[in-house]
Amino acid sequence: MTLSAFLFQAINGLSTASGLFFIAAGLSLIFGVTRIVNIAHGSLYMLGTYIAYSLAMKIGGAVGFWGGIVLTALIVGAIGALIEVVLLRRIYRAPELFQLLATFALVLVINDATLWLWGPEDLLGPRAPGLAGAVEIFGRRLPSYDLFLIVIAPAALIVLHFALAKTRFGRLMRAATQDREMVGALGVNQAVLFTSVFALGAMLAGLGGALQVAREPANLATDLAVIGDAFVVVVVGGMGSISGAYLAAIIIAEVKALCIAIGVVDLGFMSVNFSKFTLVAEFIVMAIVLIARPYGLLGKPQGNVRSVAEPENPIRPATPMLKMLGAVILVLLLALPLMAQTSPYLLVLGTDVLIAVIFATSLHFIMGPGGMHSFGHAAYFGLGAYGAALLMKLAGLPMLAALLAAPLVALIGALLFGWFAVRLSGVYLAMLTLAFAQIVWALVFQWEGFTGGSNGVIGVWPAAPFDKSGAYFLLALACAVAAILLLRRFLFAPFGYAMRAGRDSPLRAEAIGIDVKRIHWLGFAIAGCVCGIAGGLFAFAKGSISPEAISVTRSIDGLVMVLLGGIQTLVGPVVGASVYAVLQDTVMRQTEYWRALLGVIILVLVLAFPQGIAGALSSLTRKLGRKSGGAA
Amino acid sequence: MSEAMLSVDGLQAWYGAAQILHDVSFNVGRGEVVALMGRNGAGKTTTMKALMGLVSRRGALRFNGVEIAGLRPFEIARLGLGFTPEDRRIFSELTVLENLDIGRQPPRRFADGAAAPVWTPERLFALFPNLGEMPNRPGGRMSGGEQQMLTVARTLMGNPLLVLLDEPSEGVAPLIVEQMANTIIELKKEGLSILLSEQNIHFARLVSDRVYVLEKGEIHWQGTMAELAGNLEVQRAYLTV
Repeated sequence: MTLSAFLFQAINGLSTASGLFFIAAGLSLIFGVTRIVNIAHGSLYMLGTYIAYSLAMKIGGAVGFWGGIVLTALIVGAIGALIEVVLLRRIYRAPELFQLLATFALVLVINDATLWLWGPEDLLGPRAPGLAGAVEIFGRRLPSYDLFLIVIAPAALIVLHFALAKTRFGRLMRAATQDREMVGALGVNQAVLFTSVFALGAMLAGLGGALQVAREPANLATDLAVIGDAFVVVVVGGMGSISGAYLAAIIIAEVKALCIAIGVVDLGFMSVNFSKFTLVAEFIVMAIVLIARPYGLLGKPQGNVRSVAEPENPIRPATPMLKMLGAVILVLLLALPLMAQTSPYLLVLGTDVLIAVIFATSLHFIMGPGGMHSFGHAAYFGLGAYGAALLMKLAGLPMLAALLAAPLVALIGALLFGWFAVRLSGVYLAMLTLAFAQIVWALVFQWEGFTGGSNGVIGVWPAAPFDKSGAYFLLALACAVAAILLLRRFLFAPFGYAMRAGRDSPLRAEAIGIDVKRIHWLGFAIAGCVCGIAGGLFAFAKGSISPEAISVTRSIDGLVMVLLGGIQTLVGPVVGASVYAVLQDTVMRQTEYWRALLGVIILVLVLAFPQGIAGALSSLTRKLGRKSGGAA
Repeated sequence: MSEAMLSVDGLQAWYGAAQILHDVSFNVGRGEVVALMGRNGAGKTTTMKALMGLVSRRGALRFNGVEIAGLRPFEIARLGLGFTPEDRRIFSELTVLENLDIGRQPPRRFADGAAAPVWTPERLFALFPNLGEMPNRPGGRMSGGEQQMLTVARTLMGNPLLVLLDEPSEGVAPLIVEQMANTIIELKKEGLSILLSEQNIHFARLVSDRVYVLEKGEIHWQGTMAELAGNLEVQRAYLTV
């Protein structure tokens, strides 16, 4: 690599940083004031590109292009305001997990709406009128439009900075970022403030997306790709800091540019292609920053703004009734293979359900009793699945040995990632776990020689006697029962009490001698390990494993299952996973727009039960109790 | 006195599932300084938060002729009920002037049409000369006493009719305590009503007209300040530690 090639990539990186800055700044401002991590921010960015494309094409010329970009920003801002008023306003007091899920549901809905409106093809906009040429830099040609992008991000930063410092709106935003309740008690209508902030943030995302129209085609995969990058930028820069967002956008873009510039390096025994590390590189930067500065480069610890939550009831051992019910269900399930002749598909579905149950129960273990909201549980599923598949294919392990190794592979991953994750809490933990899951996904996707890349590993079939669907179903059933009983045993052991104590009051738990981080680390590792079983079973059930099966949607599926069943009960994840797996299999496959359908289901769930289903039930019973108590 | 500035009847309040206030009733007349006294945990701060709508509450709450029990905090503040929290809650990244600006509200009138005092940064700097010396200092770099003054000044920027002063003497130097007492007397002269929460009878004696004594979320005694000062039994039962 020559110096000039490197410098050229560095300049190219600056223009990429521009788009990242706009979306990250919007995300950061919204989080600062409303404390909502808007996962749908990437979708607003994507909408920006599509709308700007349509305006540029319909109106045409310089007016259509430049005027279209400005108009797009305003339209997306208005869409943002609408989202805030219709949806988010109702869930500001809900647990943050629900807020994350609600905005993820928006991602699904907006993605299908975009598909419906614009179709599945990539749409490349026109060249920018007036900036269609290129300039020669370091012997290469750089589009003048890229230079424009390099300049516009710092210009926007300066304008935003000035607005925050010198206007009343800016002062209110800064004050609300620190203590929004006090701002309300001083007579400021938070509803108006929140809507304006959300609209401003959406406008920035829309502008960022619109500016890309002359550079990259509008693409339906942009939303999740760009939100991942934006998360990293915001976390690295510090939540709520727009200067931090700019700094981080530059660092991330430059690290990626560096990877591309380095290219293939011959290490003697093997050659490493650094340009394949771009996806992993940004998450490594984030992990390093989070460990050194948990609140980001320019961020500050955020005050606790959550209203006093309803205290969680202690979990109770199963009643004799429940045990009886469990035994009856188990007997029925054991009898299921007998029906294999009449409806063989039932066993396939049954196996899917059991895998989902193991997945959801292990996620619930850290989410509920552990209080750690992992948004990246797919990582351990993926490690188990790929671990088992690769050990059988490459190391020649027999099927059962490979299946037994699956949880061990996942355990190693969970020990490594968990060590970092338990140092954080709340949305930071959610984002870090998501980042780790993306690392696993990116590794699998980019390391073609080892994992098969996007094709995955195929021909992973179970050996006899498990090659019959009935026998395999029984194997999955045995695994599921063992996993559930094992996790329950942990929860009713002193370890489980310590984990819940650490969740409810970390300081008091530490004061009575519990090493909270260590306990939570162990809990994280146990959950990851059990999840690995689900991954291993999945690989052998399908006969293959591909990156698609371990993407972020699987993590979200798990969250929905747990919430569907209710986070405060131990039976919850089992019920939730069963219902969801059957729903997914029956309803979702019926429509092309299953994403939107899933999104709507999540939204209904979140809006109807902002405290969770179990939370709604328990507060209902408390209310009834209070009423009858008053009458007595 | 036609109607009390603030009248509270049967106030109950909760933190999450825990009921803190069981039955609290009192009133504050126009231009009156009323002290709410009691030990730590008696419910003084919760009473103030309940009045502002910051905790879930039930009861009949009338302020300046308006029922406020169903209103949200910003609506209550806009009726002219000012709140200075015990922990001050200064915006630490904003300067003194910016903090004052957040509290700014339009001038307002009492129910009978009389104009309430109007506050500007200049007038407040005259009232708190320390603040006038540091208009551009960030709130986070001020001493506890200076922050206490700023939190009162910030509330006054909203031109309130009644101020809820939560433990203004707590954790500040004796000199500042004295200054606080003078400020309260000054505000009373301007025609403002004040509900003061206080554990310290020496401070309360300097400024208050009447007293309500709280214990475990209920009013246990009420009377004039002079009566309380002479009643060692009540003081021993509910105030001395």
